[in-house]
Amino acid sequence: MSVRGRVVLLAVILVVSLVGAGGYVWKVRQDQAAQLAQAPAVASGGDVAALRGRPHLIFRSTALGQGYGQVAVVPLSDPGGPRAFTPATCERVYATAADAICLSADRGIVTTYKAQLLDPAWAPVRDLPLTGLPSRARLSRDGSLVATTTFVYGDSYANPGQFSTRTIVTRTDGEVVGDIEQFKLVVDGRTVSAVDKNMWGVTFFDDDKFYATASSGGKTWLVEGTLAGRTVTAVREDVECPSLSPDRTRVAFKKHGDLPAGRWRLAVHDLRTGEETVLAETRSVDDQVEWLDDETIVYGLAREDASSASSDVWSVPADGTGTPKVLVSDAWSPAVVR
Amino acid sequence: MYVSLRDRPGSDEPGGSSVVRRVSSTVVLLGVVSLLTDVSSEMVASVLPLYLTAAVGLSTVAYGFLDGIYQGVSAFVRIAGGYAADRGGQPKWVAVVGYGVSALSRIAMLPAAGFGAIVGVVTADRLGKGLRTAPRDALIAESSDPKMLGRAFGVHRTLDTIGAAIGPIVAFALLAAVPNSYDSIWVVSFAVAVAGLAVLVLFVPNLRTTSGKARIGLRRAMREIGARPLRKPLIAAGVLGLLTVGDGFLYLALQDRDNFAATYFPLLYVGTNIAYLLLAVPLGRLADRVGRAKVLVFGHGALLAAYLLAALPAGGLGLTLGTLLLLGVFYAATDGVLPALVSRLVPAEARGSGISAAQTVVALARFASSLTFGLFWAVQGPTWSLLVFGVLLAAAIPASWWLLRGIDRTAVVTA
Repeated sequence: MSVRGRVVLLAVILVVSLVGAGGYVWKVRQDQAAQLAQAPAVASGGDVAALRGRPHLIFRSTALGQGYGQVAVVPLSDPGGPRAFTPATCERVYATAADAICLSADRGIVTTYKAQLLDPAWAPVRDLPLTGLPSRARLSRDGSLVATTTFVYGDSYANPGQFSTRTIVTRTDGEVVGDIEQFKLVVDGRTVSAVDKNMWGVTFFDDDKFYATASSGGKTWLVEGTLAGRTVTAVREDVECPSLSPDRTRVAFKKHGDLPAGRWRLAVHDLRTGEETVLAETRSVDDQVEWLDDETIVYGLAREDASSASSDVWSVPADGTGTPKVLVSDAWSPAVVR
Repeated sequence: MYVSLRDRPGSDEPGGSSVVRRVSSTVVLLGVVSLLTDVSSEMVASVLPLYLTAAVGLSTVAYGFLDGIYQGVSAFVRIAGGYAADRGGQPKWVAVVGYGVSALSRIAMLPAAGFGAIVGVVTADRLGKGLRTAPRDALIAESSDPKMLGRAFGVHRTLDTIGAAIGPIVAFALLAAVPNSYDSIWVVSFAVAVAGLAVLVLFVPNLRTTSGKARIGLRRAMREIGARPLRKPLIAAGVLGLLTVGDGFLYLALQDRDNFAATYFPLLYVGTNIAYLLLAVPLGRLADRVGRAKVLVFGHGALLAAYLLAALPAGGLGLTLGTLLLLGVFYAATDGVLPALVSRLVPAEARGSGISAAQTVVALARFASSLTFGLFWAVQGPTWSLLVFGVLLAAAIPASWWLLRGIDRTAVVTA
């Protein structure tokens, strides 16, 4: 082929690629706009302040259109009913009656993240220290302690399954209690000092005792720890992201078992008997679940259809019976305030 | 960015020659192909963690596993690519297959759902990369003046790295324009890869490395790889590779002690890349002038300095940036310089095999190094592990200097 012919052919290929890819992106953009315009407005209503006087569920609303990503509130008496929107926008939210913790992302070439403590009127009180990609947030029951877990990832290709987390506990008055990964980890009476140890997913028992996940050398444990003692002790193996029941007798968690990489099954561990109950939810849930009451747990799950950016909050009985049900549609990151 | 492709007249010619020396157009074209391909592959690579965790719903653990495949696979097909290029005497078409497979893997992301499918697609992409590297470097060597090989590879690696820097920016700009539409990223990435493939197919000449002579057999290729001229560089590259800690570990060591590094963790590799692309041509030219082996060994000296900086107990912006700069020096002094060195030590008809052998030795040695370093890290933490590797590297540098002495003067007469 002549040089001229090749130049023409290259020009044609470039134009076709440009028009094809540009057209595709343009169409996606149009579709997204149309989808937004047509999105059935999610039923909203109710007074946030009044709702917060009763037992309620706080979550991130993922209904398309106005209010996407905003924190909303529904009464526990009618979780599927209209939601009341708050002014806060968060990727993850957790709340008690006294305050709320909001993790938000500022997406860009370098996505930066913020953890803010909000007062009952949803106004920011203070920023909390945060490095990396936030994945878990919990407040203690009285709202005096906050724990956030972040991923600082990128660990080596030579170490499949390795990652690095930081889990910081802070008092809501601003005092940093510390990175619990620096705490002493005791497994079967022996102190684990391996540097690959990670801890994440804190759930508070009171304002000193807590449960969390510890991992080292490819194993994970449920650990019980105290802030004052700066020590955590392994209770049992294969537990991630524990969540303590309201009556403080059981811990709901995700277990890996012999599932393929990146999949988990929800289960409940009884702290009194050591018994484990596998729950009826068979889909993989990679989240720290929340307790609706002493019999039911709730968790967010992404919609099955990949095109949707939405998710729903599901509930399933904590005793292994029943079937999962949608509790709040178009919702994520549930927090129950009793 | 093309400024760097051309020397200022007389800048390095005592006597002020007015001859404008350029690198061959083939090298620039291959650089453009690599630039476009790297835009395409880095677009995907930069959003992959986000896509897997946010859209597919995998955890970071699974991502770590995927990263292992991503990095590990290509070493094994490298040799095959190099040998195939020599055997057929048609390195261009072997490279086309490699670039083509990677391009197709982009569009395969559209229907791919679930962990298994994505692993398959990513593996195909890496196979393509492994396949194309050696034949492409053989083409660069074939089309360049032997005296300016370092510069030619420097120019190619500069363009390549510019592409790697542009890719993530394009990807995140797209995600800002069409939120959550990862499909748009795959489609645009595919289009860019096709453009790169078109430049390769239409404009890069199919330089025949064997110049019509008998095709090289597998046994002969193996003999050339094991022959005396190549033996010492391969041993040196292997020993140095065994002590080369993956930059991911260095970044982790930095973020461990330093909040700046932790906050900007995803950007640390960009700092290294900037230093790399600025220095690839100057260090390539330096290699042409003072000797490629010298620059290769010097690059490992920079790596040693990077270990020491990263192992210091104190953190801070200056030390972090200094470490990134030294890593950039290391890559600029080794990545293009090694094929430039090796390609003159084997006869033309075994060039692809020779280059791929050196690159495979380095890749496997670095993989072994990462495994060992990972173990060290788990037991002793970053500081001691870096110091141990640093001490060993400090011993290996003079040893490889001794091994490689005089190698730059060795010239192989093409049979």
